[in-house]
Amino acid sequence: MVEKRYETAVESLADLRELGIIHDGMTVMVGGFGLCGIPEHLIRALRDTGVTDITCISNNAGVDDWGLGLLLKTRQIKKMVSSYVGENAIFEKQFLDGDLEVEFNPQGTLAERIRAGGAGIPGFYTPSGAGTPIAEGKDTRNFQRPSDLGRGRERAYILETGLYADLSLVKAHRADAFGNLQYRMTARNFNPMMATAAKFVVAEVEDIVATGDFDADQIHTPGSYIDRIVRTVSERRIEQRTVSEA
Amino acid sequence: MPLTRDQIARRASQELQDGFIVNLGIGMPTLVANHIPQGMDVWLQSENGLLGIGPFPTEQDVDADLINAGKQTITARTGASYFSSADSFAMIRGGHIDMCILGAMEISERGDIANWMIPGKMVKGMGGAMDLVAGVNKVVVMMEHVSRKGAPKIVPKCTLPLTGRACIDMIVSDLCVLEFDGDKGRFVMTELAPGVTVDEVKDKTTAQIDIADEVRTIEV
Repeated sequence: MVEKRYETAVESLADLRELGIIHDGMTVMVGGFGLCGIPEHLIRALRDTGVTDITCISNNAGVDDWGLGLLLKTRQIKKMVSSYVGENAIFEKQFLDGDLEVEFNPQGTLAERIRAGGAGIPGFYTPSGAGTPIAEGKDTRNFQRPSDLGRGRERAYILETGLYADLSLVKAHRADAFGNLQYRMTARNFNPMMATAAKFVVAEVEDIVATGDFDADQIHTPGSYIDRIVRTVSERRIEQRTVSEA
Repeated sequence: MPLTRDQIARRASQELQDGFIVNLGIGMPTLVANHIPQGMDVWLQSENGLLGIGPFPTEQDVDADLINAGKQTITARTGASYFSSADSFAMIRGGHIDMCILGAMEISERGDIANWMIPGKMVKGMGGAMDLVAGVNKVVVMMEHVSRKGAPKIVPKCTLPLTGRACIDMIVSDLCVLEFDGDKGRFVMTELAPGVTVDEVKDKTTAQIDIADEVRTIEV
């Protein structure tokens, strides 16, 4: 059996240039929502490869000193494909200076484009964003909503395309040696779709168990999607620590 | 007297029904969670992949893996479920969410909404707003009736880039409640805040609106 387990995040990416996966101008998907469920060690390892002109598909862009903010700081990202870029001063400056290209997608459209790309679906029609600036240049057609077929009024839907990357970096809670993954709570977010939508997929996890230790009914991403796994210790950073009175 | 933010939230909460699946937008709409009527079972959905938001955690229960769409730490209630972003937006677009409540910068006469970008200012992105207004069964907007500078926000046609077209079912502002009449294709004012007059609302609204035959007073 192919050994998918690597000792460190850096080692897990070390030969990907030779394999033609990592190259300047590459497209990378990075899982996570805010700082929740991001492959924090793999992001740093990607930075350390020195790759440039990255098109990065990720819902958010990290914060100044963590997550994708680290790759922005070193100007390795040419373009972000995101739904919300929030509070990130480096991002804002590069964007306003015209050094960083941004393609905004409605969050559900982004998720579905990734799902579609991984599922072999070239395009789909969605109502999200119809009649707004993001519909410009996209095919628009009228349909009845599937749940209203035969009774509902028609409304506008726009054509969105599937996404597929050179490399996906995902974060899961646990993996087994085959690469079967389990996510935890809302750290799941974009990770399962991204695990299906790239030529090469590396997963960063908090624990690796023996193949067979998972109940087959409780696997979220089948191991066939995963090329490499690396166990790391997460800093578990929190953007908005909000607590109630005890 | 115009309603306070909390009073707007309380009026919006009266649209909730037992068993409803609801998505609350970031900011003022989150206040609605404090006004869910006692004994009513409402399930709050968070578009980052949770159905069944619970209260904020105590310090010892804070978990970096459990956040809401505003990136705040939260808890999950009994019976909650986690799912991917694709599943979450399938729930939203597929019409499986009964109601969402969100803020707005402008609403047009025909129910268009603009709330995601101001040209020339830093654009942060639309997040899940375009999917929510396109997919949720009842879309309620909570907002101040006019901008901080006093400019009307309920206008004949939005001047800001749209988030969605003809998708708003109800507006709860600090002055009144407006319900969209699908047959007439415009809003009807059905309720007024205590002490606010029809003329004041008309004065602060440039959109053409209808006035209901019987205008009720919002209970505060």
